[in-house]
Amino acid sequence: MVPLSHYLALSAILFVLGGAGFIIRRNMISVVMCIELMLNGVNLAFIAFSRFRGNLDGQLFVFFVIVVAAAEAAVGLAIIIAVQRNRDTLDLEDVDSMKL
Amino acid sequence: MNLEVLLPLLLLPPLVGAAVNGIYGRRFSQGMVSLIACASAGLSMLVAILVAWTYSTTSTGPAPFSHSYFTWIQAGDLRADVALYYDRLTLVMTLTVTVVAFLIHLYSRGYMEHEGGYYRFFSYLNLFLFMMLTLITAANYPLMFVGWEGVGLCSYLLIGFYFRKQSASDAGKKAFIVTRIGDAGFTVGVALLFWTFKTLDFQTVFARIGELPPGQYAGTLTAIGLAIFLGAAGKSAQLPLYVWLPDAMEGPTPVSALIHAATMVTAGVYLVARSSILYAHAPKALAVVGVVGGLTALFASTIALAQNDLKRMLAYSTISQLGYMFLGCGVGVFAAGIFHLMTHAFFKSLLFLAAGSVMHAMNGELDMRKMGGLRHKLRITHATFFIATLAISGVPMFAGFFSKDEILAGAYEGPLGQTWLYWLGTLTAGLTAFYMFRALCLTFWGKSRVEPETAHHLHESGFKMTGPLLALAFLSIVGGYVSWPRALGGGEAFDRYLEPVFGPAEEALRNAHVHNPEGLSGGALMTFSVLAACIGIGLGIWWYWKSIDTPRKLAQRFAGLHEVLIHKYYIDEFYNWLIVHPIHILSEKFLWRVVDQGAIDGVLVNGAGEVSTEVGGVLRRIQSGNIRSYAAWVLLGAVLWLLYVLVIH
Repeated sequence: MVPLSHYLALSAILFVLGGAGFIIRRNMISVVMCIELMLNGVNLAFIAFSRFRGNLDGQLFVFFVIVVAAAEAAVGLAIIIAVQRNRDTLDLEDVDSMKL
Repeated sequence: MNLEVLLPLLLLPPLVGAAVNGIYGRRFSQGMVSLIACASAGLSMLVAILVAWTYSTTSTGPAPFSHSYFTWIQAGDLRADVALYYDRLTLVMTLTVTVVAFLIHLYSRGYMEHEGGYYRFFSYLNLFLFMMLTLITAANYPLMFVGWEGVGLCSYLLIGFYFRKQSASDAGKKAFIVTRIGDAGFTVGVALLFWTFKTLDFQTVFARIGELPPGQYAGTLTAIGLAIFLGAAGKSAQLPLYVWLPDAMEGPTPVSALIHAATMVTAGVYLVARSSILYAHAPKALAVVGVVGGLTALFASTIALAQNDLKRMLAYSTISQLGYMFLGCGVGVFAAGIFHLMTHAFFKSLLFLAAGSVMHAMNGELDMRKMGGLRHKLRITHATFFIATLAISGVPMFAGFFSKDEILAGAYEGPLGQTWLYWLGTLTAGLTAFYMFRALCLTFWGKSRVEPETAHHLHESGFKMTGPLLALAFLSIVGGYVSWPRALGGGEAFDRYLEPVFGPAEEALRNAHVHNPEGLSGGALMTFSVLAACIGIGLGIWWYWKSIDTPRKLAQRFAGLHEVLIHKYYIDEFYNWLIVHPIHILSEKFLWRVVDQGAIDGVLVNGAGEVSTEVGGVLRRIQSGNIRSYAAWVLLGAVLWLLYVLVIH
């Protein structure tokens, strides 16, 4: 069997990659993709634990996460499209009018 | 009509008069203002007479009447009600105060006619009367203190009545601040009294003191007596707190007559007299009262000798006469002190009102060196001034003779009497006669030294002013007949009238101190005082009427002494150097610059603002509008939280 720690390491790597990308990327759509990456990393961790503990609680929670991720991606893309149509840009650096 | 209802009716008219004139007076005519004010004062006077009659004809005899109207303070053991107290001493005080106040209100109608602020003046005058009556009729020390502070306030307002004049407003502040020092003593004394006896109601506290075995609490009672006397010394202008009274002459003359001659300054004497039982059980404190009184009497009369301003001289004379009253109380003859309070109210207020009449005629001039020969033009003023001068000099058959003589006799043979105090008092009596006749001669007799422009203006005052003068002159003559001296075969009715009030105190003193004077009889004592008066009068008349060069030559020969007297022993300068100037420096250099500007404005107020601004300046950089940095902050927060949960918790 593949040990649990391998799954968890992969999950952590996915999460960190997603987190780093979320901060570093300038393109709004890339940011949304990184969010999805973070969520999937977490999903992997849940599944791994579910497998290794022998009950289905983890997999059940993954359902919730997937649903929420889908809804959030839809809303997030809607916002991005609205911003793009109004500001004609997909660069996060250009959307900074809320500064103090 | 019972006393419960009547006593508040005594106090209320002046309060109402003050309120009405104060709020609406600006729109009233002068006639309306003075009508309200004089009617209030007059109503008080009539009620005072009615109360006196009611009290005297009740079946309870000389027992005091006391009634509590409502509870004012109730905190643990401390209970002070708005309660009024009436006994024979209160009777004497209320009659004296209301009669003199009423006459002065009438006089002011004429005097203040051409001055500004007519309604303000009468409002303050009425308020003063209310406060003074509260002081006199209070049944406990806290309520008395309300009246005490109230008359101080009105004194400040009235002394500084011409507030646009720097000297007047300074004088008002000086009066209030100096008496405040005394008030601190009063408060300490009352606090000690409460701490020891757990009550401040007159009847209760005096009963408890009376029941004490002799010698118990002696130290505490002495401390209380001294502290309370400090308050009295401030209010009644004794050493060392007398300095405000001469400056108080900046106020209009009716104010000097009412407040600084007849009523407010006598509040200290009343306080000591009312607390007679306390002092009887603290004879050391009482001795201090007597000595301070005697010394002040002499001290002030020496200053009066060299004054050229008529009102200032009368002010020092008042300080001196108040010293006599304290001397009387201090040797154990409280009734004599109160007797002198009454006669002095009559003739001193008359002297001041007559001085006001002179001032009016002289177009505001008060320097006696510029007067002279006024008796021809100011006949009534001269006649009444003359009568008052005879009274204050202790000439037999005039009021002052009887009261002053009783005090001197007490100084000689009273329970705490001391022979040297008697001679001190007699010397002062001689000086008093001398400087009063000096004033009389300089002002009214001899050749006129009046400047020509002023001489045109010389005229006798109208009846509005001379009427009260005549009434007071009458009282200055007959006021003394209520107590015909024993040495002349009389029964000293006044003293026996006040026996129920002062009896316990005087008896306690007599039991504790057996004083055997060396044998001058009452008649001999009286002869000495009359002799002193005659010498003073004779010298005064000779030097200031017949041989007018002599004083000038003496002043040149004894120039040093003369300078010291004219400058009032440089006491004001001394106080300035010792107290006023250091406090001024402290206030300006430290309390203002360092504490107020530096610490409070700088550190607390501005500092708080600057710190906020700085912190805000730093924190605002978080909100940069840059979405990626927001994301980074969120991530950082999540990481920290995770650390906390996994590691620290």
